[in-house]
Amino acid sequence: MGRYVLRRLLATLPVLLLVSLLTFALLWLVPGDPASMFLDTSATQEALDRVRREMGLDQPFLVRMGDWYWRVLQGDLGTSLLLNRGVTEAILERLPVTLSLTAIAFVFAVLIGVAAGVLAAVRHGRAADQGVMTLALLGLSIPEFWFGLVLIWLLAVTMQWFPAGDYVAFAQAPLLWAWHLALPAFTLACVQMGFIARMTRSSMLEVLGQDYVRTARAKGLPEPYVVLRHGLTNAMVPIVTVMGIMVGALLGGAVVTEQVFSLPGLGRLIIGAVLSRDFPVIQGGLLFLAVIYLVVNLVVDLLYAALDPRVRLE
Amino acid sequence: MAAVMQAPLLAPPGRSDTLGRRLLRNRSFMIGAVLIGLITLGALLAGVIAPYDPLKGNFRARMVAPSAAYWFGTDHFGRDILSRILHGARISLQIGIAVALVTGLLGVVIGAASGYFRRLDGPIMRLMDAFMAFPGIILAIAISSVLGASVTNVIIALSIAATPHTARIVRASVIVVREMEYVEAARAIGASHTRILLRHILANSMAPLVVRMTYVFAVAILNEAVLSYIGVGPPPPTPTFGAIIANGRDFIVAAPWITVAPGLTVLVSVLGLNLLGDGLRDVLDPRMRVNAR
Amino acid sequence: MNAPAPEPLLRLRGLDTGIGPRGPLILYGVDLDLAPGEVLGVVGESGSGKSMLALSLMGLLPQPVAVRAGQAWWGERDLFTLRPAQRRALRGGEMAMIFQEPMSSLNPVMRVSQQLGEVLRWHRGLQGAPARAESLRLLERVEMPDPPRQLDSYPHELSGGMRQRVMIAMALAGRPRLLVADEPTTALDVTIQAQILELLRRIQRDEGMAVLLITHDLGVIAQMCDRVAVMYAGRIVEHGSALDLFDRPTHPYTQGLLASRPRLSAGAGWLTTIEGTVPAVGQLPPGCAFAPRCAQAGDDCAQVPALAPCGPGHWAACVAPQRPRPAQGPHR
Repeated sequence: MGRYVLRRLLATLPVLLLVSLLTFALLWLVPGDPASMFLDTSATQEALDRVRREMGLDQPFLVRMGDWYWRVLQGDLGTSLLLNRGVTEAILERLPVTLSLTAIAFVFAVLIGVAAGVLAAVRHGRAADQGVMTLALLGLSIPEFWFGLVLIWLLAVTMQWFPAGDYVAFAQAPLLWAWHLALPAFTLACVQMGFIARMTRSSMLEVLGQDYVRTARAKGLPEPYVVLRHGLTNAMVPIVTVMGIMVGALLGGAVVTEQVFSLPGLGRLIIGAVLSRDFPVIQGGLLFLAVIYLVVNLVVDLLYAALDPRVRLE
Repeated sequence: MAAVMQAPLLAPPGRSDTLGRRLLRNRSFMIGAVLIGLITLGALLAGVIAPYDPLKGNFRARMVAPSAAYWFGTDHFGRDILSRILHGARISLQIGIAVALVTGLLGVVIGAASGYFRRLDGPIMRLMDAFMAFPGIILAIAISSVLGASVTNVIIALSIAATPHTARIVRASVIVVREMEYVEAARAIGASHTRILLRHILANSMAPLVVRMTYVFAVAILNEAVLSYIGVGPPPPTPTFGAIIANGRDFIVAAPWITVAPGLTVLVSVLGLNLLGDGLRDVLDPRMRVNAR
Repeated sequence: MNAPAPEPLLRLRGLDTGIGPRGPLILYGVDLDLAPGEVLGVVGESGSGKSMLALSLMGLLPQPVAVRAGQAWWGERDLFTLRPAQRRALRGGEMAMIFQEPMSSLNPVMRVSQQLGEVLRWHRGLQGAPARAESLRLLERVEMPDPPRQLDSYPHELSGGMRQRVMIAMALAGRPRLLVADEPTTALDVTIQAQILELLRRIQRDEGMAVLLITHDLGVIAQMCDRVAVMYAGRIVEHGSALDLFDRPTHPYTQGLLASRPRLSAGAGWLTTIEGTVPAVGQLPPGCAFAPRCAQAGDDCAQVPALAPCGPGHWAACVAPQRPRPAQGPHR
């Protein structure tokens, strides 16, 4: 197992390198002058020069790149043009919000999605199966942000069951924290829920038809135990591989969900930066998200190897 | 392995079980086709059947609830929501199809190159992995913001976001087919790389690609709505779905129809496309498990 | 049925198994007796229903196939009227089954110890150290080369023969009185086949276990079985002792099976075959199902023949032996 871990770590490095390169290259793509995109057309030449210097645009390309890498490795992602503070600082401040949201959504998606998928598989062909699959299909066809708005309208504003937004830190008041995140997390999770339900169902159906499930039944083991211990553990194997990608999708969706529910997270920061052309923040935010994604995927791969011993031989 | 060895897209005529007939019998495909077909029809005929000018507001008819005169009501400027939705559908579908086609093309080129030429495989796939490390929507937002707001830029951004996964899928098919014996045979008789690629490998890799493109289309519609909602999509006053929903956000209590109607339209379009994709997948190869997003 | 013998372990009467409540039948009125400690072979081609027979007995029929009629007397109880929980208590305990494909019949993500432990825990209440000790003993019993190491292995680390031994160990763990073996050696290499069969024979003798051995291989029958039942198209067409079957095959199908074995001594020549193919489920001809392929078919084959005695403890479902023989000259 140890060797597998090492191998996976080494495999991630080149991707990490490319990711950082791509993030850096984003600035390149800008048609025209990034500085004047940030300031508006009435900016003075002096202001333009200052911004250019801050963004390092007056340096030759390789120097810029080297400088950027040097700083990034030290954890310094630059300075926000708009907020005039360190990008890293701003991101770290908002990270707990995004992570909380994503984590709760992940839990929702997995718990509800897997349960629904198992139910549909066990009741294959019957009403429960059709019902679950229809809901799953709706779930993954729905525009998340719109669903969030509708939920706010119905459950928060009209019924007043949930708050319409804002964030309360866990350390401050755990219950409030959960209550405020319930609606956004559910919204965020609904697409992935649909996915997981469908995947779990088809994986379970395949597994339940396998010989070793028949052997388990032949041993006289109770059906729920067979379905869960023999069926689900095997069915989850392909699903676990997808979980890394799922977290990526959740992170992406979190960005939008934060906007809809006014949560002060990384997503709001990035969107704010996007709208005001605050390039250092955009770059820093992107890099951060990508790194989180890579780390999560690494963890998922390792989990997968722990679950399914056959993988370690690869 | 046999995932690719199934009926090619053009089945020989004369067999009663042709691809077309099987598609027509597939319930998922048909329902999906009807849904997206209706919306496409509405979009195509938007100019003709839209009862009002989507951009012109009637200040005396602001925030009117759905009624006989205004089927989906009006917004805060007195603009007819139905007309805006019909025109918005046009834009969304255009963008969706463009993204699907561009992604398809790029995906095929990159995926085939990667799958067929072993020396290119490693570096290309690392690059694709790197792109996929950014959540698709974020990548699209970032690229869109950097390039500027316009329909073309949205298409570019969304295509870049969707290509890596597509390339992966094409590459997988190509690798499977590459190992098949008839490719070896072709090589043995001296066929050039290009010929092998085009005639043998790609022809048999089409099925997963077609299914994937349907899903890419669906996701493009959704992502375009997000981009417009946030404000990095086609600039106002273009009546994109996202823009209409964004407009309605502030009036959701007073005039919920402004938000609900366009969202439902997106839902129906994407649902239709997903059903279409599912149906295609069932008919072309039930063993494929393609992720819809 | 049987001549007076010890109380049969299993008495099967009139088993009908079919697809759904109204679909075609797969098994028609199967009767079977199994004495304790007896090895009964069930032989037939693919499609004869022999696997379905085993699954019907064990209560493992796949949806939508189900038992539609008949009784299976296990002691005083009719298996088909038991509640699922009662059946499960028997399954894996007193009645155990092993299958054909050892490569896929073991759970790939569970260790051997866990898969054996399940049976011990569930049927014999053993856990922890006693369970491990018993698991090791069972692995030794099935002649695994290195029980302690293999106990902690995953199935993919074991060869086909070893996996089948593990399957047998799991079956033995519940101390079965009946072992149903569905083609246990078909998927194995020939040399391993012989080893496994010998193992089964030894265990069967030592434990006094009855075995219902399903196979299409006459060689296996010859090696293992006390009595044999021949199945064709969902019915038993002949049954008797193994000796009777090989020396005095009565049903034309049995005769055909025996005749079609390739023989080294026969020299080069055409293999004997039985013309035609087994009818598909639900598409049986009226009357005797074998008649279309039978050289001895006659008008009296328009009725499904019942099993009729053709020797002590030997029955065949064919009217041909009953027909008056043409005069053969002065000979009695």
